[in-house]
Amino acid sequence: MSLKSAKKAVLATALSGLVSIAAQAGNVEVLHYWTSGGEAKSAAVLKQLLEAEGHQWKDFAVAGGGGESAMTVLKSRAVSGNPPSAAQIKGLDIQEWAELGFLTPLDAVADKAGWDNLLPTVVSNVMKYDGHYVAVPVNVHRVNWLWANPEVFKKSGAEVPTTWEEFFTAADKIKAAGFIPLAHGGQAWQDATLFEAVALGMGGADFYRKAFVEHDQSVLTSAKMTEILATFKRLNQYIDADAAGRDWNIATSMVINGKAAMQVMGDWAKGEFTAAGKQPGKDYLCVAAPDTQNGFTFNIDSFAMFDLKDADDKQAQADLARLIMEPEFQETFNLNKGSIPARLGMPRDKFDSCAHKSMDDFVATAKSGGLVPSMAHGMSTTSAVQGAIYDVVTNYFNSDSLTPEQATEKLARAVKAAI
Amino acid sequence: MALYAVLLLAVLFYLLPLVVMLLTSLKSMADIRAGNLISWPEEFLLDAWVKAWSSACTGVSCEGVGAFFWNSFQITIPAVLISTFLGALNGYVLTKWKFRGSDIFFGLMLFGCFIPFQVVILPMAQTLGWLGLANTTTGLVFVHIVYGMAFTTLFFRNFYVSVPSELVSAAKIDGAGFFTIFWRIILPLSTPIFVVCIIWQFTQVWNDFLFGVVFSGGDTQPITVALNNLVNSSTGVKEYNVDMAAAMIAALPTLVVYVLAGKYFVRGLTAGAVKG
Amino acid sequence: MKTNATSDAAGTLSTRGLLADSSAQGAGSSNLLDLMQRWLPKLVLAPTVVMTLLFIYGYVIWTGVLSLTKSRFLPNYNFVGFAQYEKLLDNDRWSVASLNIVIFGGLFILICLFIGVVMAILLDQKIRAEGSIRTVFLYPMALSFIVTGTAWKWILNPGLGLEKLLHDFGYESFQFDWLVNPDMAIYTLVIAAVWQSSGFVMALFLAGLRGVDGSIVKAAQLDGASMPMIYRRIILPHLRPVFFSAFIILSHIAIKSFDLVMALTGGGPGYATDLPATFMYVTTFSRGQIGLGSASAMMMLGVVLAILIPYLYSELRGKNNA
Repeated sequence: MSLKSAKKAVLATALSGLVSIAAQAGNVEVLHYWTSGGEAKSAAVLKQLLEAEGHQWKDFAVAGGGGESAMTVLKSRAVSGNPPSAAQIKGLDIQEWAELGFLTPLDAVADKAGWDNLLPTVVSNVMKYDGHYVAVPVNVHRVNWLWANPEVFKKSGAEVPTTWEEFFTAADKIKAAGFIPLAHGGQAWQDATLFEAVALGMGGADFYRKAFVEHDQSVLTSAKMTEILATFKRLNQYIDADAAGRDWNIATSMVINGKAAMQVMGDWAKGEFTAAGKQPGKDYLCVAAPDTQNGFTFNIDSFAMFDLKDADDKQAQADLARLIMEPEFQETFNLNKGSIPARLGMPRDKFDSCAHKSMDDFVATAKSGGLVPSMAHGMSTTSAVQGAIYDVVTNYFNSDSLTPEQATEKLARAVKAAI
Repeated sequence: MALYAVLLLAVLFYLLPLVVMLLTSLKSMADIRAGNLISWPEEFLLDAWVKAWSSACTGVSCEGVGAFFWNSFQITIPAVLISTFLGALNGYVLTKWKFRGSDIFFGLMLFGCFIPFQVVILPMAQTLGWLGLANTTTGLVFVHIVYGMAFTTLFFRNFYVSVPSELVSAAKIDGAGFFTIFWRIILPLSTPIFVVCIIWQFTQVWNDFLFGVVFSGGDTQPITVALNNLVNSSTGVKEYNVDMAAAMIAALPTLVVYVLAGKYFVRGLTAGAVKG
Repeated sequence: MKTNATSDAAGTLSTRGLLADSSAQGAGSSNLLDLMQRWLPKLVLAPTVVMTLLFIYGYVIWTGVLSLTKSRFLPNYNFVGFAQYEKLLDNDRWSVASLNIVIFGGLFILICLFIGVVMAILLDQKIRAEGSIRTVFLYPMALSFIVTGTAWKWILNPGLGLEKLLHDFGYESFQFDWLVNPDMAIYTLVIAAVWQSSGFVMALFLAGLRGVDGSIVKAAQLDGASMPMIYRRIILPHLRPVFFSAFIILSHIAIKSFDLVMALTGGGPGYATDLPATFMYVTTFSRGQIGLGSASAMMMLGVVLAILIPYLYSELRGKNNA
């Protein structure tokens, strides 16, 4: 169903919602790539909630590569005319799918629960296509975190840095004391995560937006960009030699067990600290990445709902959408995953100090303009441009021969070619 | 002696990954952290195998890879049998009943072996959708047959080329028909190449990940997909022993086939599969 | 199992034909049977022909068409001429991937052929425990990199694998960091790929050696030729067809190498180990650039054709001479 017939559908869903107060059993097939421990646990919560309403959950998990395989599966299933009920899609991809007419509007559910009042506009903008909700957010991740092991800092006589300058001073001390200053995994998306933190810190929010959202060539080719790339490259000296191909959570565990001092990573890393039984503020510290105290790079996970034929399945799908937004799921899920709930006005007492800081900063940066979409996580641009940036960044970071000037030029050219 | 030394070195090189996998799967996590790649386990434990088979998480459900193991058989057996049988018939036609264009067709088919499977995913998804076979085991088996056939035909064609054509023409003079000759004369000669072909196809289909993940249904996924999910579940402590045990389970059928039938494999190749 | 039923039916049919012929019946019915016999082979081949034309050539053409369009997220048909090919040739990552397939493919094929021949000759010396050794060489072919990927990553990782192992044994200066070195990582792919396929090549050559006529060798020995000479002058030239088969199979494996890269390096460090197959997959599926991905697929197929046509030519010409 296209959005042209949206109104009709809204009416139909609303009517069926009224009629079937006693829930009818339907199937929801959920395509996701949440296979890691904490995530799977959270998804299992959703499954139970749904089954409590009498529906059936058909799990379709495809792990690996930040959802690359999952997207392949999703595309081929959509092409074959057999899409799942819900799929884990995020950022601008939601718009692409909606534009192609694959998604179903969720206005009936959204209106009833008043999503417009529950969600910050930044979030709801991502979830809406042409003014209609087509996806449901599950959380908000902050990406620009610096995770630090205070023990290592104490042993090295260094201070936890708040600027990139301080970072290099501290890193030198840590290195001299025989620790790895920066835990990192040499995968394209991790390189990009680090790069975007440097860019936000040194360039500021406006620069960041012009570069990674609007793709302004004059900003991409600016001297500032060259400076940022040069600083970014300097970080390479503070990473151990074996980082190539390492998974992010292995890097996190290096901070946990005191082999490394810091890691720049989104707040999903907190799940690892929690799983290891560590306390925030005591065993580990969460601070904003250097120079980004007034910035917040967000990454929102969400489920997009596909257009289905069977009425019972549709009902099950609508119930799934409703359940995802309910406080019970939002709380359990985000406690497990390390992120903060997408909906506002949730009780905060179960969340830890890092999450509190994230919640406060989210609201504050939304007002100040420091809230920016994460480039490395598909929030700011299409996957084509994102991929082009990944390529340049990761190649430059791993190459000995490229100068920052050359990298700047390559970056601008690659972005231009991918638009 | 130098000969044996070289062979021994080679044997070590070939065995290393398997030894690493096997030893790790039998260790406890503490043991893995304390030792190195090939250190002997403090104590041999089957816990990881049990967990991998019946209780490790592969997504939301935590029922191990056991069920997926049987899914793989349901996919592999029909796919291997049908593609092998069709390959035999094709090879027979292409060598003993040549017609104008049959050689060119064989060339075209050979080229088909080289098509990267990533290319066919989207159009095949569309086609399966039209046929109503999207995300069914039947559809997946169909895909395996289509893309396995180029190879099976190649094997049988190369084998039958070396079967003397006089046998066939003599039978023709006696008035035997197409299928009689195939059934009575050709098939009884074909055991070695059937072994080669079945081993090859079994390995290909069993180990396939790409087609399995894209074209199977959610609850009929093959074991490679489950293994991938299991290995990629990584929060908290990564249980290398369970990962390795699951990998060993996924590898077991093909390993058994190679160990048991390896002798016939080389024999089958000797019998003519490698000619031309 | 439908095929079985039809073939049974046809089998009885032709048996009846046999009876008909022996009892010397009228010409009319035997003409009909002749006609059937003439069409039967084509009929049997027909499903395969249809499938090949549709599912291989049809899709190749479809991909070719897409490579001329602006297709991004899903296929569309806004034609842009050869713009995607221009983009592709201007793409740094594609040039790395193309160079890599030459390095990787070349080394992989050469080393596999070399090891295959050497091991086959060694195994052919009436070795004790030949069966077990052969099985050991062959088994890697049975495993996919989905299965062995983790083990290989461990072995090659400097901090966990071989390097650490030798350090533990006291060889502190031993260094093996290819996996994490952008200039060397491509060679780790070669090592793992050779591990997987060389045993199979060995089996091919072993089969070939067993097929060499013993009397020629004996005669040469009587003439006083040394064993190395016999191998070089007589036996290896005999194995020419085996070289061809092995070459085709190996190049097919090299071009399709995908699981290997994904499991071992993920294309990294940076994109130093990207291959055309992974490039095509990533652009088409994760990056929503189907047009560009299709263009890269067409380039790959073009190269395959360039390798295959000379082979087929010599193959078919050889047949005609025989």
